[in-house]
Amino acid sequence: MSAELFFGLLPITVVDGLSIGLMYAMIALGYTMVYGVLEFINFAHSEIFMVGAVVGVELLVNLLVPTGLHPLFQLVIAIVVAAAVAGALAVAIERVAYRPLRVRNAPKLVPLISAIGMSLLLIDVMRLILNPANPNRPFPTAGSYDFFSQQLDLGFVAINFKTITVFVVVMLMLAGLVYLVNYTNLGRAIRAVAQDQSTSSLMGINVSNIIVLTFFIGGALGGVAGVLYALKYGVASPVMGFIPGLKAFTAAVLGGIGSIPGAVVGGLILGLLETLAGTYLPLMTQDQIGTEYKDIVAFGLLIAILIFKPAGLLGKAVAEKV
Amino acid sequence: MKKRYLGLAVLAALAMGAEAQNKGVIKIASQTPLSGGQSKLGVAISNGVRQAIDDEGKLITSLGYKLEYAPFDDQAKSEQGVANANRMINDNDILGVVGHLNSGVAIPSSEVYARVGLAMVSPANTNPLVTDRKSTVNVASRICGRDDVQGPAGADFIVQTLKAKKIYVINDKTAYGEGLAAAFDARAKALGATTTPIGIEASERDFASVLNRAAAEKPDVVYYAGIYDQGGPLLKQMRAKGLKQPFVGGDGLDGSDLQALGGPENMKNVYFTTTAVPLSSLPAAKSFAERYNKKFDVTAEGYAAYGYDSARVIIRAISSAARKGKPSREAVAAAVRQVKFQGITGPISFNNRGDLPVAKYVIVSAQADYNDNKVNKIVTVAAPTPDLK
Repeated sequence: MSAELFFGLLPITVVDGLSIGLMYAMIALGYTMVYGVLEFINFAHSEIFMVGAVVGVELLVNLLVPTGLHPLFQLVIAIVVAAAVAGALAVAIERVAYRPLRVRNAPKLVPLISAIGMSLLLIDVMRLILNPANPNRPFPTAGSYDFFSQQLDLGFVAINFKTITVFVVVMLMLAGLVYLVNYTNLGRAIRAVAQDQSTSSLMGINVSNIIVLTFFIGGALGGVAGVLYALKYGVASPVMGFIPGLKAFTAAVLGGIGSIPGAVVGGLILGLLETLAGTYLPLMTQDQIGTEYKDIVAFGLLIAILIFKPAGLLGKAVAEKV
Repeated sequence: MKKRYLGLAVLAALAMGAEAQNKGVIKIASQTPLSGGQSKLGVAISNGVRQAIDDEGKLITSLGYKLEYAPFDDQAKSEQGVANANRMINDNDILGVVGHLNSGVAIPSSEVYARVGLAMVSPANTNPLVTDRKSTVNVASRICGRDDVQGPAGADFIVQTLKAKKIYVINDKTAYGEGLAAAFDARAKALGATTTPIGIEASERDFASVLNRAAAEKPDVVYYAGIYDQGGPLLKQMRAKGLKQPFVGGDGLDGSDLQALGGPENMKNVYFTTTAVPLSSLPAAKSFAERYNKKFDVTAEGYAAYGYDSARVIIRAISSAARKGKPSREAVAAAVRQVKFQGITGPISFNNRGDLPVAKYVIVSAQADYNDNKVNKIVTVAAPTPDLK
């Protein structure tokens, strides 16, 4: 492989790796925030992500595209609605599947199982709603949506408008989340509940409400990630949640589950690792080891990292769990 | 006295008549993906089977059997296909299977059918190994073409017609994709082109690595051996990266979801080879297409007509084997190979391993609307008969 090809591909590979990494980070936040307050993995989160994507795409295709508004404006509306629906769904799931178990003091593994059940249920309900014969819902592309096909040429790298949109939206969401958690009373309450539920309730915090809020925020972020994922990869479907969900869960563990900055760092590292591996494995082995082995490299490195930092990269460094 | 005899005779006749109407249940099964990303084609095949049972089920019911249809969902996953196959072989009423959509599912599932001699007639599995294995040679048949013809046909088209020298050969790591890509690759190299083999897991939707490299290396053509539910997004991301090269694939791209997922505006320079002749080029299928459309409220696309003809093969085989009582599965499987009729997809008969003696291969240029897809060329090629494995 020529050095020219090697270095020529590096900038765009990093950009693409960061953009998928940011999406993993958004999903990972949902896992990590719920873990922070309740110490269990909400495996239904990947399906909340999927519902957000499907709601966003359906809304765009059926209601927003006919309005002829600027596609960016349409996208913002779709994101807001998808976030609201996904957040509400996460709250509803908490109400139906987790809270009854929690008030009966069920062991931690029990809500895990009901989360898996919820996940399967959501996939099948969505399949039923979307008509099993036609489950793939394409993101609109024609007409004014050419907007997203443009490239921004910076000389050393040309970046697609979809990628830029993903960057901007995720950055705004992350900034909002950091502000909410660190600089508001609600955020302080969330951090307090994450540290110690019974003491927080003695301090006058309504723990149940805070848990509901945490589910809403995590779910809403997942919904936004869903719409962005559909934008970038062009399709939403009932089964789309599994792989991004698994990767995001991995990212959350890598960063240190329960830690918000950890989820972001973990997502970015995982996204970068797999994209770099996917690009350079075949180039460095003369196509003997193909791009399909990227996950093996990425996950192999993850195992190595976790051996040396079992609590994840930022799991111990941050005293608070949220 | 006489009256009593008469009465007895009437009673006996009635009893026999009732018995004739009650020789038992015969089931025809199908296995295709009815859920998941490839369900559109899977449902199309299943609809075809339903239509065939409605049209020709009387060939079996008139012999006094009750005919039922048992659709199974293999989810395009080999483990699900094998699990369903194990359920099927334990239901003694199932005498024939139409399936599958994916060669990678058909191959292990037919190993299970072979254990009890259950006949499988495939509408869509093009991997050579579907009919080339000793273990299943008595049960597995198909009414479509083979990838050892389809792959080279695609290579001829790309190298000779599109004049490509440098080709990316992407496959989806399934039995179908790998087999088709290998057959394509061998012919393309023999014609003097240089190829870069690339594998992408069928569940992957992020193609940044491959496409960035393509943007740097600028291949003349991207060849994709896989199914439209991945091929569509691949094409879309390819065009979004500014790569305008021709995108060529196999019969896995033959479905309206290629347009839906790839974007109708991206269909310039998109071609695929297929063994499912489009209905527009099958005059005999006109009334089928109309009835199908009316009954299921969708256009009959891709392999729908082949699902219909596959089921007709099984119906005919059962009906010829069932004249003297409910037939064994082996008898039905043997009868499948004797079936000979004019199907809506062309003349149907089988060689001794279950392939059509000659099959049609089509080169299609995709258009923004699936129904406008243009047939570039139809060739008829005799089935290769390599040694059984």
